[in-house]
Amino acid sequence: MITLKINGLNVSVEKGSTLLEAARFLGFPIPTLCHMDGLSPYGACRLCVVEIGEGPKAKLVSSCTYPAEEGLTVRTASERVLRARKMILELLLASCPQSKIIQDLASAHGIRRQRFKQEHEDCILCGLCVRMCEEQMMAKAIGFRGRGEKRSIGTPFDIKSDVCRLCGGCIYVCPACQLRCTYTEPEKAICGGCANLSPPCVDKEQFNDMMCYMSPCVACEIKKD
Amino acid sequence: MIRDTAALPNEEDVCLQESVDSKAILRIIESHNGELGGLIAILEEIQAEYGYLPEKSLRIVSDKTGCSMVDVYGVATFYRSFSLKPRGKHLILVCLGTACHVRGAPRVIEEFERQLGIKAGQTTEDKEFTLDTVNCLGACALGPVVVIDGHYFSKVRKSRVSQLLEGAQNGFGKLQIEKDKRIFPLHVSCPHCNRSLNDETFTIDGQPSIRVTISSDHKQGWLRLSCLYGSYNFASEFDVSTETAVSFLCPHCGVEFTSTLDCSVCAAPMVPMLVDGGGIVQICSRRGCKNHMLDLI
Ligand code: SF4
Ligand code: SF4
Ligand code: SF4
Ligand code: FES
Ligand code: FES
Repeated sequence: MITLKINGLNVSVEKGSTLLEAARFLGFPIPTLCHMDGLSPYGACRLCVVEIGEGPKAKLVSSCTYPAEEGLTVRTASERVLRARKMILELLLASCPQSKIIQDLASAHGIRRQRFKQEHEDCILCGLCVRMCEEQMMAKAIGFRGRGEKRSIGTPFDIKSDVCRLCGGCIYVCPACQLRCTYTEPEKAICGGCANLSPPCVDKEQFNDMMCYMSPCVACEIKKD
Repeated sequence: MIRDTAALPNEEDVCLQESVDSKAILRIIESHNGELGGLIAILEEIQAEYGYLPEKSLRIVSDKTGCSMVDVYGVATFYRSFSLKPRGKHLILVCLGTACHVRGAPRVIEEFERQLGIKAGQTTEDKEFTLDTVNCLGACALGPVVVIDGHYFSKVRKSRVSQLLEGAQNGFGKLQIEKDKRIFPLHVSCPHCNRSLNDETFTIDGQPSIRVTISSDHKQGWLRLSCLYGSYNFASEFDVSTETAVSFLCPHCGVEFTSTLDCSVCAAPMVPMLVDGGGIVQICSRRGCKNHMLDLI
């Protein structure tokens, strides 16, 4: 067992736990975006920052990836942490203002203005879908491609993947689009965009070939234009 | 890997038709059998063979190595040196790293673009030239640096572009070797740490030798080469059988000398070293292969 101090409280956690788990065990809330129970930690969004250490050596780390260390002092809501978190949220909001999840997080953190240019990205590269596909669906149909500005998510060569199970897991976890595809049950449609296109561009027979999940969603693409 | 070129008589044709010979690819994969992290090496060899990474070859690699297609594709698109599109016969790389940028590389690339009528990242219609940019080649003091088919050119000005294009079409390799028949001593340094490789304490041909560290088969030891350009005399700490390619490392900083270029004779990797006064000399890493190139400014 490892004993550390979070916001002044001592807590013992098992070796290998992360700071996020330790803080949640004590009931301290830490917002997360790219973290999901059941998927491996990834540390992409930095929303879960906490401050560790003392004095001038104190630093910000992502709690979802940082392992608990013996005797560590952690602050989950210091002024520095809150400032960093607000900035991260403001930037996330700028890159993907249409995301309901990001809007909710921003509003919960009292962000009332947004100083950066809105990009309307359809992906924040949080990697949730990639991990979902690999770790829970055992499919490895989609992954990261390219680097830097050109980094994107998709299937190799952008063609329909033959290992995709069409499970929709990737769309389900995506904080950016959340158009959970429900075409096969239009009455429950959350997106259902393609069902309303006229002429309907996706026939039911073709639906499975489309793999709308990964090639850009037909309906969204049309809305964009 | 020893390439059996006789077994592949129409290798050239294969490239021309842009069709992929799965046997050649299987052989490349086999030669890396069981190597941890062999993926990049495999892709490099395929790219050396075809000039780019054909889709089919990536599928074969994924199949045979057990590495998922997503990962293979991710690696192939991550590195700038890999290309998924066929490239032209000559590859022109203009460094746009910070140092080269402030030294005027943007004007150089503009001139290339103007003369070739393409933008960076594109290939001319006649499939002769591909123009691309890189971000720092580690020779910033020599900037702006241009690499054409593995030959380095330093302090390139706009006015030199047409001469370089002409040179590329005639093949620098042939020209250089003919021109540099004379024998003269070279002072060389490590392209990574820039420290001199000439070793006054050990002479070969009556001149200070060039000392490098070689590593082959988990053994490491020194190798001393004659610094006379055109002389192939050397001394070595341990014996390396002919035909084996060894890795060359800097004795000061321990970094391996790696080149984007493979030997045009035996396809082993070339070993680049900086020549004092500006320029790069590249020698073949295979024992017994005498191929080398010198690019002076
Ligand atoms: S729908 Fe396909 S790509 Fe998405 S998680 Fe499922 S298997 Fe992976
Ligand atoms: S597509 Fe969605 S889940 Fe996947 S990385 Fe982008 S934002 Fe995250
Ligand atoms: S538009 Fe695409 S995501 Fe939306 S319901 Fe149709 S297939 Fe599903
Ligand atoms: S939740 Fe920790 S970095 Fe995203
Ligand atoms: S910036 Fe061009 S070689 Fe470093």
